[in-house]
Amino acid sequence: MSAFADDPGHETASAMAAPSPMQVRDRLGFRFWLPAVWIAIVVALATTANLLPLPSPIETDFAALSNWPDRTHWFGTDQLGRDILSRAIFGARISLTVGLLAPALGLGIGMLLGMAAGYFRGRVEAVIAAAMDAVMAFPGILVVLAVTAYVGASVPLLVIVLGVLTVPTFMRVARANTLVFAQHDFVLAARAMGATHWRVLSLEILPNVVIPMLIYALLVISRIIVVEGVLSFLGLSLPAPWPTWGNMIADGQVDLATLPYIPFIPAALMFLTVLSINLIGERLRARTDLRGSAL
Amino acid sequence: MMSYFLRKLLRLGVVLLVVAAASFLLMTLLPGDVALALLGNDATPEAVAQVRAELGLDQPLLLRYLHWLGGFLRGDLGRSYITQVPVMESILDRLPVTIELMLLSQGLALLIAVPAGVLCAYKAGSRIDQFANAVALLLLAAPVFILAILLMFLFALKLRWLPSTGYVPFMTDPVRNLAHLALPALAIALAEWPSLFAVLRADMIRTLQQDYIALAKAKGLGPAFILFRHALRPSSFTLVTISGLQIAATIAGALVVETIFGLPGIGRMLTGAVYNRDMMLVQGCVAVISVGYVLINFGVDLIYALLDPRVRQ
Repeated sequence: MSAFADDPGHETASAMAAPSPMQVRDRLGFRFWLPAVWIAIVVALATTANLLPLPSPIETDFAALSNWPDRTHWFGTDQLGRDILSRAIFGARISLTVGLLAPALGLGIGMLLGMAAGYFRGRVEAVIAAAMDAVMAFPGILVVLAVTAYVGASVPLLVIVLGVLTVPTFMRVARANTLVFAQHDFVLAARAMGATHWRVLSLEILPNVVIPMLIYALLVISRIIVVEGVLSFLGLSLPAPWPTWGNMIADGQVDLATLPYIPFIPAALMFLTVLSINLIGERLRARTDLRGSAL
Repeated sequence: MMSYFLRKLLRLGVVLLVVAAASFLLMTLLPGDVALALLGNDATPEAVAQVRAELGLDQPLLLRYLHWLGGFLRGDLGRSYITQVPVMESILDRLPVTIELMLLSQGLALLIAVPAGVLCAYKAGSRIDQFANAVALLLLAAPVFILAILLMFLFALKLRWLPSTGYVPFMTDPVRNLAHLALPALAIALAEWPSLFAVLRADMIRTLQQDYIALAKAKGLGPAFILFRHALRPSSFTLVTISGLQIAATIAGALVVETIFGLPGIGRMLTGAVYNRDMMLVQGCVAVISVGYVLINFGVDLIYALLDPRVRQ
């Protein structure tokens, strides 16, 4: 552009071709699309795992113990001769199931409570806030450990416990957004026209609150995937021999010095997945302008 | 200040009671029978009844809670069902290891986050700022157990600079003690510093736009003096709050890191107790860690009040 600076004709042409600030802001860019493609691949593989021509994730092949990655086993085999690619794809199912369902549960409950607290204020808000403070007084991981110690590890249990633990943060985000929108004129107008509380909440406030909530949920999803990883690493998620990324890393840790590919392949997959979700979330957050200080 | 402190103290008492009750109820209300778990599924009903009586499980809930709470206040958390060692004794045995690990990791995290946050706020938008932000973004996506295994692989197994597992008490040999704790603490610190860095950098950028900073510059004060003497304190409120909340993450970090590096801390004991379904030990650990967590956050609140006089109003 500067090369043509003294040519007025060119300058107007390039100024017209140049994107307006609005358009620049609207473009999501490769920092959104690259992670989005990765997530799409992981989700597609995990959901179609049964249909793919993969060896069984739990069948041991004694002819191929601890094989480094090669042409038959793209990601190699573990100490029991199980195909790591297959295990990684089936393991993704657990990470994604827990990672999506637990925040969905927390989002549902948290949004209801947060909207009620932010809209009605007063005593309703005080009671809800106190209950949430009580949940947050506990370090979450301890609750999960204690409950699994008693009931035994299972995926539905993890979804419920982790879901409940995410309620307070979702509640805060919902309350903060409801507080902002409840003061807008369109809410006042709806009230003046005789709309019931229920109608205002579901038709006027919910559509405004749900978008920032969903974007915030991305952050929670990546955090829950990590927590599920920690728990299955400790042997407190899906029982063996079924694979999860966490228990694959734990199994591989035994032979870390000689067979580093066994733990590092699932570790890399988990890292890339969490990073991708964070990047997508950050991009979307920047666009919708939800400020961190609103919490 | 005094009434602020008293109000906080009252609140602390209530929260502590709630936490104690919750730790107790967690173990009591959940399905499953401790006596059955102890004796195995083919125990005779008489044997089960006898064990239940021995453990006091046949008494009403409230009585059991008061009994447990009384014991808890005296530091008596009962005995492990499996090893018969008093729970408090086991916890006190392991606690120093975990506390040292948490202090080291939190210290390391602040040691990375504070200079990096200050520098990046001062040079916001520069190459170094972009680089630090990219590193923070990457590390934010790296779970602590993955970092721990990576560090162990690089520094213990390949380069052989530091031991991979084991522990030596500080009193026996401080140097070897720190050598054993270096990688575990670094793993937690690397996972924790990005969030500390991000809030400090954001607050610092806001502070540096204030008029009194411009005045300080106009008076000819050096950048280092302005940054650390004038700007750091008013920029560190969110940092202090976050570092209190981070303790929960550090506890989770300690659980896995102690297991990976074989440190005899409270985290490894707790995971072991969960495997063995040693309920008394689980309950004791949960109660002690939760109370510690509440107390730390209480301390953080007080630091907050010291930093910012407005909070006390």
